[in-house]
Amino acid sequence: MSIAVVDYNAGNLRSVETALKHLRAEFFITSDPDKILKADKLIFPGVGEARAAMKVLHETNLDQAITDYYKSGRPFLGICLGSQIILDSSEESRTACLGLIPGVARRFPRQAGYKVPHMGWNQVLHNGSHYLFKGIPDAASFYFVHSYYPDPYEQKARITDTEYMIKFCSTLSVNNLTAVQFHPEKSGKYGLKLLQNFLAARGI
Amino acid sequence: MLEKRIIICLDVRNGRTTKGIKFKENIDIGDPVEMARFYYEQGVDELVFYDITASAEKRKIMIDVVARVAENIFIPFSVGGGIGSISEMRKVLLAGAEKVSVNSQAVRNPSLIEEGASLFGQQCIVLGMDVLQDDSMPSNYRVVIDGGRIPTELDALAWAKQAENLGAGEIVLNSIDADGTQEGYELTVTRLLTEQVGIPVVASGGAGKIEHILDVFTKAHADAALIASMVHFGTFTLAQIKSFLHKNQIPVRLDF
Repeated sequence: MSIAVVDYNAGNLRSVETALKHLRAEFFITSDPDKILKADKLIFPGVGEARAAMKVLHETNLDQAITDYYKSGRPFLGICLGSQIILDSSEESRTACLGLIPGVARRFPRQAGYKVPHMGWNQVLHNGSHYLFKGIPDAASFYFVHSYYPDPYEQKARITDTEYMIKFCSTLSVNNLTAVQFHPEKSGKYGLKLLQNFLAARGI
Repeated sequence: MLEKRIIICLDVRNGRTTKGIKFKENIDIGDPVEMARFYYEQGVDELVFYDITASAEKRKIMIDVVARVAENIFIPFSVGGGIGSISEMRKVLLAGAEKVSVNSQAVRNPSLIEEGASLFGQQCIVLGMDVLQDDSMPSNYRVVIDGGRIPTELDALAWAKQAENLGAGEIVLNSIDADGTQEGYELTVTRLLTEQVGIPVVASGGAGKIEHILDVFTKAHADAALIASMVHFGTFTLAQIKSFLHKNQIPVRLDF
């Protein structure tokens, strides 16, 4: 089993790395498109700005490799920015994105009493049917830090909701690809459990 | 619903956790990695480490502490204390910290915030600010630096807004008047900032009783409360604090 963690210069991968080590996962961090195509599983993390991230993905041909990997049907986990740039586009700098899942990453509206970024622990509401949430109670708290959120067009792609001003989609899933807006690697035991569920998955 | 965060602060000197009163008298209270692990298991939402080692050569000890903490806890933590360059920020982040906190060095060189935010992301850059009540300032609070010893010409509210514009993702607001007194947070300046700036504000300095934490959430609308002595010396447990807040309708993380 080889798990590739995509390194595309979008933020610090150290916390993903320490969490995976803690779970004794066999993984490697790479920015090599060939290695990504050959991986058994893919983790696509990232924090930062959508346009800058897409520029790097394009210049390194990682955009094509990630798209081809997705088409292979093997397990794919997106985290944070990785849950936004898998969509068609992002409102952040009006960026065209990978288009793996139909939808848009939207900015939180301005509203009195609500700070942006949405930063801290918030509840993830789920119906328990998705494999990533096996053993995780409904409304367990996860750590978020983001100003944009994924808005997939298809209702059935919405796996979990979280409330901050509005009810937004905090986990989306289509076929072999599941992506979370929060940071499982920084969300204590339930975050580790979610990562473990991904490591244990035998494909969809 | 977004929960109110309880953040525990650990002052680290030469690789050991210490605690001082009003930046004086420091006593050794334990190994920072063990303490981090303990508080993580007790359900703390976040940790802050301040490196109060004065010299640059001892900075390596702190980086080692950060790396070992990162291997042991899976919640966010920030590191501050004397960070004055992008390369120092990078070292701390690569060692596994989620955020870096800049204070006096950002006053001396505000571009540190801007450069840090553009390189590492806004969410990584925390502005720590120490303030003293001063009626001659527009907001009635003056920014002080170097552990509260040196007054600046900066008004607290103006500096907070400037830092937000420069790209800070969060502010840790420490009242020098209240720090170490255990008589409660400085609610007036905390409320002023939470109402006037658009990024999260962490209240710091003065917590001694559980009611103080409730007050800073209900009366000053802080996004998070920073505590130290009240848990370091075993006066209260995190469970006591969170259960009291929960009973008083403050959303907190209880299942961890």
